[in-house]
Amino acid sequence: MVSRIEFSVNGRKTVFSGNPLTRLIDVLREDLSLTGVKEGCGEGECGACSVIKDGRLVTSCIIPVGAVNGSEILTIEGIRDTDKGRCLVDAFAEGGAVQCGFCIPGMVMAAYALLSSNPNPSEEDIRRGISGNICRCTGYDLIVESIKLAVRKGGDLWA
Amino acid sequence: MPLTGIDDRVVRVDAAAKARGEARYVCDYTFPDMLYAYMVRSSIPRGTIDSISIPKLPDGYYFISAADIPPEGKNELWMIQKDWRCFAEGDVRYVGETIGLLVGPDRNILKYLLDHVDIKYTEGIPAVSIDDGIACKGGAIVGEDNVLCQLYVEKGKPMSEVFAEADSIYEETLETGFQEHVHLETNAAIVTEEDGKYAIYASAQCPFYIRKSVAGLLGIPQEDIIIRQTTTGGAFGGKEHFPDVLCGPLLVAEHRIHKPIKLVFDREEDMLYSVKRHPSKVTYRTALDKDGNILGIEGLVYYNCGAYLSASYVVLQRGVFHANGVYDFPNTYVKGIGIATNTFPSDAFRGFGAPQTLFAIETHLDHIARKFGFDPAEYKARYFIKQGGETITNGHIVERVMLPEMMKQVVDASGYEEKIRKYPIGSGRGIGISFYNHGGAFTGNGEQAIIKAHARLVKTGGRVRIEVGSTEMGQGFQTALRKIAAVVLGIPIEDVDYDNPDTSLVCDSGPTAASRSTMIVGKIVERCAAEMKERWAEGDFSVEKEYEHPEGHPWDQSTFRGDAYLGYGWGCAAVEVEADKLTNEIHVTGIWSSHDIGHAIDELIVHGQVNGGIAQSIGYASMEKMENRNGYFRQSSMSDYVVPTSMEFPKQEWFLVENPYEWGPFGAKGMGELVFNGADAAYIDAVERALGITVHRIPMPPEDIEEALGNGQ
Repeated sequence: MVSRIEFSVNGRKTVFSGNPLTRLIDVLREDLSLTGVKEGCGEGECGACSVIKDGRLVTSCIIPVGAVNGSEILTIEGIRDTDKGRCLVDAFAEGGAVQCGFCIPGMVMAAYALLSSNPNPSEEDIRRGISGNICRCTGYDLIVESIKLAVRKGGDLWA
Repeated sequence: MPLTGIDDRVVRVDAAAKARGEARYVCDYTFPDMLYAYMVRSSIPRGTIDSISIPKLPDGYYFISAADIPPEGKNELWMIQKDWRCFAEGDVRYVGETIGLLVGPDRNILKYLLDHVDIKYTEGIPAVSIDDGIACKGGAIVGEDNVLCQLYVEKGKPMSEVFAEADSIYEETLETGFQEHVHLETNAAIVTEEDGKYAIYASAQCPFYIRKSVAGLLGIPQEDIIIRQTTTGGAFGGKEHFPDVLCGPLLVAEHRIHKPIKLVFDREEDMLYSVKRHPSKVTYRTALDKDGNILGIEGLVYYNCGAYLSASYVVLQRGVFHANGVYDFPNTYVKGIGIATNTFPSDAFRGFGAPQTLFAIETHLDHIARKFGFDPAEYKARYFIKQGGETITNGHIVERVMLPEMMKQVVDASGYEEKIRKYPIGSGRGIGISFYNHGGAFTGNGEQAIIKAHARLVKTGGRVRIEVGSTEMGQGFQTALRKIAAVVLGIPIEDVDYDNPDTSLVCDSGPTAASRSTMIVGKIVERCAAEMKERWAEGDFSVEKEYEHPEGHPWDQSTFRGDAYLGYGWGCAAVEVEADKLTNEIHVTGIWSSHDIGHAIDELIVHGQVNGGIAQSIGYASMEKMENRNGYFRQSSMSDYVVPTSMEFPKQEWFLVENPYEWGPFGAKGMGELVFNGADAAYIDAVERALGITVHRIPMPPEDIEEALGNGQ
């Protein structure tokens, strides 16, 4: 079964022709070479493959590409050179959030989604906001602190 | 800006590229004409292979097995010994043992082929648990008694005399389970050919280990294989020897196919078919006088090694050498036995054998203290080993031991004294405390006798490149190393380069393991940089140096007597919990720790290691349950083997004490494993106090707590 699926990725129109059950992560990583999207578990548990679909954080490993027809998809590659993306990347680096780094692009996407809807989150809000993203290295404290740092440094950026 | 001191704050050099999604892990590499590989594995824990039937392979598809090893090669991986076979041949010894590789261009076709491989076995009876192994269930797997390795250490008087003088003997057995690494990046490697040599790109801790391990498969010199470490997404010991198990079959496939071949485990494969932490069973018999003073301790330590030795003998040694914790008991005798079973081989995992015995001794002492009505912390503090004190291996503690200061920090910060009064036993709330250490670097004189690490600095204009085989796997090594060189040279950290090791370009600085890289390799880099600074005006040149063993650390590897380690990291942790009496869920409400790591090379990196190590340790004691039934692991995904999320634990409070280590760079000692070694026992202590139960094994998820409560343990 071959379908034609049109959607946008990081602001650019994309047409996919093929099996609509193909996982979105495979289309992003292999067809579009967006390798900042990482596969950690393949079952939507770890969040390493997190992307933003129409403003909402989703795990691209459990979404068939057929489900994104007409959607706008944002990946780490689409935000890293924006003001918000740079703010988060800088805060993650400065705040010590990054160790092995495999979970981090997804974690940045989760933080981006959180701060975009809640510019002034509490510690509890932050922990909840990244609770779908597993990190095995940091114990999360410095990721949480780094997101607080992004809030402080970003100021109006998140308002 | 030039760095002026080691305490200058720097931004981790690899952070931005990783956060931007630009760092390239193995899975992100592709090569022209690249093929993919899937492993054909044993589906039974024990038996003989009667037949292997492979479906008809389309053109361009291959089945690779032991039959593809050339006559000049041998079907063995060289880890510590050469017992682990690259491909099972004739028989299989555990579920998931590699039988072959299916290789070809289309992954969907490969998966179809994999589903249609038909292997017929005559099944044997597997030995799965330590008890099965001891009983030689199904017949011995190794030798006549399944003993893969063993050793003992003795201090003071014979235990028979000590027991004869005792008023009472407290005996109990403590057990720990499997633990899965769950590095977020699964195991993966790519093999190809470049300029007439084999080149392997691998997610790995020890590139030189891989080269050594696999060269014999083709009977070629190690130098004919280039290992290039790729950005490694976590390892924790799981990528110390285990990459050999991927790279070996890939190399044999490359020998036949001559195209780039990529093998990436999915999470289920990584969970079911990779090495784990050794399960343990530790029995202590402690001789006590009438007041509860310890006269001596006898320990019997069993580790479940699985079907092959891999690194188990060294893991077991470390377990035995840490079996008396941080204490100076007058008399000890500890025997360790590594038992072969039909489970996936157990191997390195952060702590490398020490966490099992440290958990056991801490919990055992808690139980004795409570029996005699002492507060465990106060009771344990009586026995803290001091500088000059005799270790379990008849060596001596060379450094100042700051446990009393560390205990005070943790007790004060956590409000321990007040909370033990406020929370009666069984009240639903509890606070627990533990003490631990970790011997830095290789055991005994291993650094001098076995590793002989080298490091090299190369100056080109104003830039300096570090050439070592030690790897960054997330622990922050590359930043620490660059910082050491930059501070000695008085140049900006941006002017110091370090690339992921390529074995054809860098010195063999030994494995990235045993918390040795900053302490040992960092010191060599510091010495190289000092010479380079003096000769800075000479233009472009390089400085290479070999490890120098500090004097005054006698060791006999044949009798295990002397200074087992060059120095120790020390730790104290407290954990506070609240139990939901309805669901038996345990909520951690506070975590405090203090560590002695000499001097921190980079405090922010250390902060992250402390947090992560402690979270992993409490996970080990609580939720991380990996069961093996009849040879099969039951947890195969991140939804049934659950590791801590951001919601699990509160923000940690942490301290370091300043105790510079004479032979480390800027006073630094090892720390990556230390921070894993003790929070598990503090957590269990807290749970025991909160619920009024006695725990004899970890992990203790809610269902096991319910059972313990039901048993009135």
